[in-house]
Amino acid sequence: MPGEARLLVRLLVRARVPGADGGPPRLDVDLELGAGITAVIGPSGAGKTTLLTTVAGLVTPDAGRIVLDGVALFDDARTVSVPAHRRRVALVFQSLALFPHLSAWENVAYGLPSGRRAARRERALRWLERAQVAHRADRLPSSLSGGEAQRVALARALASEPRALLLDEPFSALDDELRGQLGADLRALVAQLNIPAILVTHHREDAASLGSRTLALSHGRVVDEVAARTPAEPPQRGGGGP
Amino acid sequence: MSYEPLVLSFQVAVVATFLAGVVGVALAGVMSRTRLPGSDLLDVLITAPMVLPPTVLGYYLLVTVGRSTPLGRAYETLTGSPLVFTRTAAVLAASIAALPFIVKAARAAMEDVDPRLVGAAATLGASPLRVFLTVVLPLSRNGVLAGLTLGFARALGDFGVTLMVAGNIPGLTQTGALAIYDAVQANRQAEAAGMVAVMTAFAVAALYVGTKLVRDRPHAW
Repeated sequence: MPGEARLLVRLLVRARVPGADGGPPRLDVDLELGAGITAVIGPSGAGKTTLLTTVAGLVTPDAGRIVLDGVALFDDARTVSVPAHRRRVALVFQSLALFPHLSAWENVAYGLPSGRRAARRERALRWLERAQVAHRADRLPSSLSGGEAQRVALARALASEPRALLLDEPFSALDDELRGQLGADLRALVAQLNIPAILVTHHREDAASLGSRTLALSHGRVVDEVAARTPAEPPQRGGGGP
Repeated sequence: MSYEPLVLSFQVAVVATFLAGVVGVALAGVMSRTRLPGSDLLDVLITAPMVLPPTVLGYYLLVTVGRSTPLGRAYETLTGSPLVFTRTAAVLAASIAALPFIVKAARAAMEDVDPRLVGAAATLGASPLRVFLTVVLPLSRNGVLAGLTLGFARALGDFGVTLMVAGNIPGLTQTGALAIYDAVQANRQAEAAGMVAVMTAFAVAALYVGTKLVRDRPHAW
């Protein structure tokens, strides 16, 4: 429940980043991430995707500091730069980035520890079941529907047992009904695993329905925090009654 | 018609393609993912064998691995025989000739791999080497195979570099291309024509396969 969100980790990103994709030249974000999904909204160029790729380690800042849960992932003053594969921060791309040459279960197994193929398949299948797409385990990504591919990408990210889950506009290609179903499943999975998750989107409705809180990002900074609200909740009325 | 030079050509080309393949694919992998200082110069150096006269390339090899050079002496100390004017030298010559074809095709295919797939693999905990072996290489497989077939065709047909560093010793280093030259010089036209037909068939078949592989890229959705 949003109201019960327990503080888990602090994420600090103060960094000058190479602004290659039209993002801001600086990120200045200091978040306390609770259990559940923290939604980040903002216009194009606000730095939403840059924030995620920088935290995941896919973009290396020119200078600055990234600290997740007390661990420095990047710190130019101390010449710390943890490579992406050692950060244990999973990122679900807007394009999903499923490996086209691997089946759904092989995609999920990619992030599992090495071991016997049968055991890895077994574990991957359990994740696919949790994401409710186990019946497509042997399909290649090209033969999955948009919603199925989305579920496989989510299962793959979670199977790697990340310390934090980052989601970049994950539902942008889906219709409203599917968004609703997937959103509910995503919230349930994140709650079960009790890991912090950041979801960036430019859809206020997605942010409101998925996030236990919503932050507005502009020019690489958090400029506003929108109060948590579930769609079922009636709007709060201020002031005295009749 | 003697088949010995043709068989030798084939053997030399197979070994050379393997060696240039290992080195070339590794070089392509590094060059496609990293921008090191001097990478443009490295690119020029790797491409140079495509445009330099084979005799010039052969000359460079001779002054690098000839009997009086440090490398040549080291080889002779290790193996007990000189490198130049041996079959090993023929393999070396063919490898150098094949290398740029392999690097160019493999690198282009590797650069075509979606960087988000590489990023996704890294965030799932895969080291750069594992990403290369399990994502980049399988997805650029056809480009790499195309490069290998082109490299094989080039290695098969080498004349100038082989002549400079391995000589034209019948039964030892005389490959098909060199044997054709000798046959024409000695006016053995039928023998020359026979070997020309076989060499042409091999090279055209390799090029056809290479072209098909580049065109039929899978996963292009």
